[in-house]
Parts: sequence; structure tokens; C-alpha cells
Amino acid sequence: MTQKVVYLDNNATTMVDPKVFEAMKPYFCELYGNPSSMHAFGGQVAKAVADAREQVKNFLGAKDAKEIIFTASGSEGDNMAIRGILEANKNKKHIITTRIEHPAVLNLYKYFEKQGYDVTYLNVDAKGNIDLNELKNAITSETALVSMMYANNETGVILPVEKAAKLVKQINPKIKIHVDAVQAAGKIPIDVKNTDIDLLTIAGHKIHAPKGIGALYVKTGTLLPAFVIGGHQERGKRAGTENVPYIIGLGKACELAQESLKYEMTEVKRLRDKLEQGILKKVYNAKVNGATENRVPNTTNIGFQYIEGELILLHLSDLGICASSGSACTSGSLEPSHVLKSMGVPFESLHGSIRFSLSRFTTEDDIDYVLKVLPDVIFKLNKISPYQKELKILEEKHR
Amino acid sequence: MWDYTEKVMDHYKNPRNVGEIENPSAVGEAGSLVCGDALKLYLKIDDNGVITDAKFQTFGCGSAVASSSVLTEMLKGKTIEEAAKISNQDIADALGGLPPQKMHCSVMGHEALEAAIANYRGEDASAHCEEKIICSCYHVTENVLREAIEDNNLTDLEDVMNYTKAGGACGQCHTAIQKIIDEIKNKKEKIDIKNMSATQLILKVNNVIEKHIAPELRKDGGDIELVDVKDNKIFVSLKGMCKSCKFSSNTLTNFVEASLKEHISPDIEVVEV
Repeated sequence: MTQKVVYLDNNATTMVDPKVFEAMKPYFCELYGNPSSMHAFGGQVAKAVADAREQVKNFLGAKDAKEIIFTASGSEGDNMAIRGILEANKNKKHIITTRIEHPAVLNLYKYFEKQGYDVTYLNVDAKGNIDLNELKNAITSETALVSMMYANNETGVILPVEKAAKLVKQINPKIKIHVDAVQAAGKIPIDVKNTDIDLLTIAGHKIHAPKGIGALYVKTGTLLPAFVIGGHQERGKRAGTENVPYIIGLGKACELAQESLKYEMTEVKRLRDKLEQGILKKVYNAKVNGATENRVPNTTNIGFQYIEGELILLHLSDLGICASSGSACTSGSLEPSHVLKSMGVPFESLHGSIRFSLSRFTTEDDIDYVLKVLPDVIFKLNKISPYQKELKILEEKHR
Repeated sequence: MWDYTEKVMDHYKNPRNVGEIENPSAVGEAGSLVCGDALKLYLKIDDNGVITDAKFQTFGCGSAVASSSVLTEMLKGKTIEEAAKISNQDIADALGGLPPQKMHCSVMGHEALEAAIANYRGEDASAHCEEKIICSCYHVTENVLREAIEDNNLTDLEDVMNYTKAGGACGQCHTAIQKIIDEIKNKKEKIDIKNMSATQLILKVNNVIEKHIAPELRKDGGDIELVDVKDNKIFVSLKGMCKSCKFSSNTLTNFVEASLKEHISPDIEVVEV
């Protein structure tokens, strides 16, 4: 494939920032020492790991670098947090989350449900938002944990995690709050020290670090048993020799993400809005899924009514455009997006929903190119649809 | 990314025979908006019962469009009788194969074809509506399930999901689907037992004993040995603790015979020697 690639699937994964890659390079063949070694050769690596931890700490607004545990992925961070909290609070058997979580949280909750836990799955409205009153009413004396995502991966909708954490702590300060911030990090400011959040997960590959590295913030004073038992690494919570180059990469990526936050919230947002508005203007059977106001700046989820998502993606892919569908067919499972379904997105949009997610590397040219070629793809596919009458009505309304 | 064949890619990129036929001789529909897959098939049939034109409109993924497109090509020039013989496997084969998770697309093509033929013959399509629906998420009826399982020799739940989509969403119907699979499997094997050679049957019985029966008996210090097989009679001898156990006849009928019946054939009779 030598054709132009327009990558608008940054919520799936991002390009490693060349600056991140440069920072990592020395830690493969030159500075390959073990941070735990007594000799200075390893010691300098330990220093670099400590610096990276500091960078992650600053990025998340943690009080102490000790509060940062390096992990191998967002899913691992979520597992470490949820499993750990439940292990440390064995006598409490009620846990709360939302219906729109990433599978790393949702499937883990389902697992605990099978183990006998009482689980509350908070509903979302058509905009993809939760109702804090529902959360308030769900809390019981048995509640051990509330886990809630900061921003949704499919729609980009931001949940009121800080307010939720405050509310929960007011009712019972012993209930632990975990936030999956994988899709929020680098897109909106995160400052955990001024919140009631106890644990917070991030993943490196969503913020231009490589795949295979993440971090879990654990507030000082939060009892969390070891996730991997062995050596003393990560304060004994996750044994195993540190993945040094990737930790360095994550540190650098966090530093860069902090610096680019303003750019994300202005320029990336401008490009996202241009793309969204352009599509809505040009394509009569397009509709945004979820809230448009309260979203991370890089994401838009658009339902193309009466045509199917995979087909759209295949045709876009032929034109070098990478996006993703919340719809079933791409993921190998047959079920349509649990997120859009929970929001009550109607079936005619549900199966044809496409997520476009930008990054700081997205250019004006990229967006112009998509706006130039996408409408014709959709119109071509509309012709194949058996719902010609319905499409005709939409077309006339659009005029 | 799906591992689509060149043929599938060619057909979804350049679908043939898209659209409606004015005054069609027959129309067949399958799937629905809810399912995420829907196909409308239009046929023009001449006085000799030959399909002179076929067109389609599809709501669905790449392989759904490709299945519909290739089906219209297959249909043109065929008589209704010939068309009725086209199976979902034929559609998949015409595309050089489909990924297992996408076989339901070929099944949808086949369903629309059946509906169109019924429509042409003036058969009551509404009879379809009264059928028992097993998977309510995707509106898959018992008959569709049975046909897909029998025609494609499906033996496990995942295959059935891939071929029919049934059970792919909420999962509530998994037990019901499994029941149908087991029933069809048992029926098939029941026919097989009469045609089986003694050696085949011995192998089968031994397999069930080793996998399902002996391990349980061994837990209690017992064991079992296959002595002989004659027609539908299986001669076994109980060993170890089972031998002296006063419940041995109970074990024999309620466990040994029941297991063999379940896994091989309901005709089996167990005799202790």
C-alpha cells in the first residue's frame, strides 16, 4: 500500500511520537542495565525510571510519584485496581459501574457478578450521560467500589467522574473510586490530587507512547494487594523487572501530552468540528451519536442511517481512510455496540455508526480529503440499501 | 480486518445487479434492520420458469453485499427448479469461501432466495411468521436454525452463531440452541448406529467410557471394562469398588447406560457380565 493514509482511529491506538521513540532508543542497546542492580550502570537506569514516574505523576496531578504503578496496558490497570480493591474489601459484596464501560471493566464486573457480587450498572441517556441521582440511590452499606470511565471510547462523551467521586465519598468515604481514564488522558486536563478519585488507569498507546505500557494511579493510603507477587518492583504491587524502555517512553509521552493539551483542546477540536459539521452538511443520512457539547476534543461518532458500518469502513479503507465502527461486524462479535445500544441509538443508525478520532498529528489536509471523498462513498452505498423510501425522506428533509 | 477472498472484495467493491426490478415476478426478503443485515431480492421470471433478471438491495456488511451480488449472478439463466437447489454453501463457494463468522451472510442470501421462490409459487409467506422464534435479538426461527444446522453439519454453538447470528447478542437463547444441536446430533447418530461396523461401535463406546464414565467411577475407587458389543447391546463388567457396591445396578442403568445413550444412541442397552 503506497496510497495516502489518513489515520482517524486514534481512540484505537496512536502513532508513537518520534520524540518518544528517540527517548526510548538508548534503553535497548546502550543503557540496558537492571534498575535494581547495585552497580552504577543499573543505577542510572533506575534514575531514568524514577524520572519517568515523576513525569507520569505530574501529568496526572498526583501528589507523590509513589502513587504511580507502571502496568502493561489499560486493561491490566483496570484489573489491578478492581480485583485489588475487592480482595482488600472481601466483606463487601456490592459494586457499581456504568453500562458503557470498556470491556476491561465491564467484563470484569460480569465476572464478579457470576462470583456472587451484587452489581449495579448505571444507565446512560441518549446523550451518553449518567444520572448522578441514580448513582446516589444505588449506594448501599454493602458497596465496595465504584468504577467509572472518564470519557467514553466510542462517543468521546465525558462522564462527571469528579462529581460522582465527591458524591460517593460524602455518603460513605470508605467506598473506593476507580476511574478508567484511558480515553480522557491527553485530551482533557486530569488533576487527581484535588479529587476524591482513589485509583485511575491510563494506557500509553492512546497518548503516543508504544503499546504494552500503562500506569495506574493509586492514592496514598489506598490498600491494594500485590497484583503480581514476586520481587520488590513497583513497591511489591507488580513484581517483575521493569519494562524500562517503555516506561521511559510513557514518561516522555506524558510530558508531551501535557504540553499539547491546549493544542488538543483548540486545534484538534477545531479540526474535529470541521469534519463533523462538514459531514452533517454534505451527507443527508448522517447524525451525531451522543452529546456534542461535553466531549473529548478529538472524537466524533456519526451514525449513517440505513447503511451498515463495516461496509462503510471497507470502502473508506480502500481510499486510505482509517476509522472504526461501533458496529458488530468489525470486532468479530455479532453484537452491535453496547455503548450506542445503552444510549438508545435507533437501529437505523446503530449498525452504521462510525467513529472518527483525531490526534495532534491530524492535519487540515487530512480532514479536507475525507470531506472530499466520504460523501460519494456514502451516496454509493445508499444506492445498495433496501431502505430507499426512508432515505428519500431524509434527503428531502435535509434540503 | 477480515480475511476476505479476492472474489468477496471484488463483489462488495463493485456489486452487480444492484437495485429494484419494476414489476418483478417474485420478491424475497430476509433479515431486518434490527439484525443489522437485510436483503431484498427481486426476480424476473419468464413463461418457461427461467430467471431472466435478478437484482438486489442489501443492508449489511461487505460479505453480505458480496453474497447478494454473487447470488444474483448465479440465478440469471437458471430455472426456478435449478435455483431452488442453490444452498448457502453454494453461495459461499461461489465467493471462494467466507470467514466462518460471516457464513450467516450466505445463509441470508439463501433465505431471501427461498422467500422469493415461495413468493413466485404463491406459497403463503406468512406461515413463516408463526414459526417459533428462538433468538429474539436477531429474530431467528427454529426452522432456520434446524436447516442451517442440518445442511452445514454444524455441531457447536459457535458455528451456529456464525452461520445464523442466533445467540450472538444477549445470549439468552444459548441453551435452546444447544438443545436443537444435540437433538439433531442424536438423531443423526441414531441412524448411524445401524450402519456402523462392530469395530466402529466399539471405538465409539470405548471413547465415551474413557472420557465420561470411567473417570467418575475411578473417583470412587471403581472402574469399568468393555467386554463385548453385539448389535445395540453393550456388555461391560464393573471393577474395583463398583463390583462389590450394592448400588452397582443403579450405577449401570442411571449412569453408564444413560451416558452411552446420550453420547451414542438412545437405542443402546447395557448388560453387565
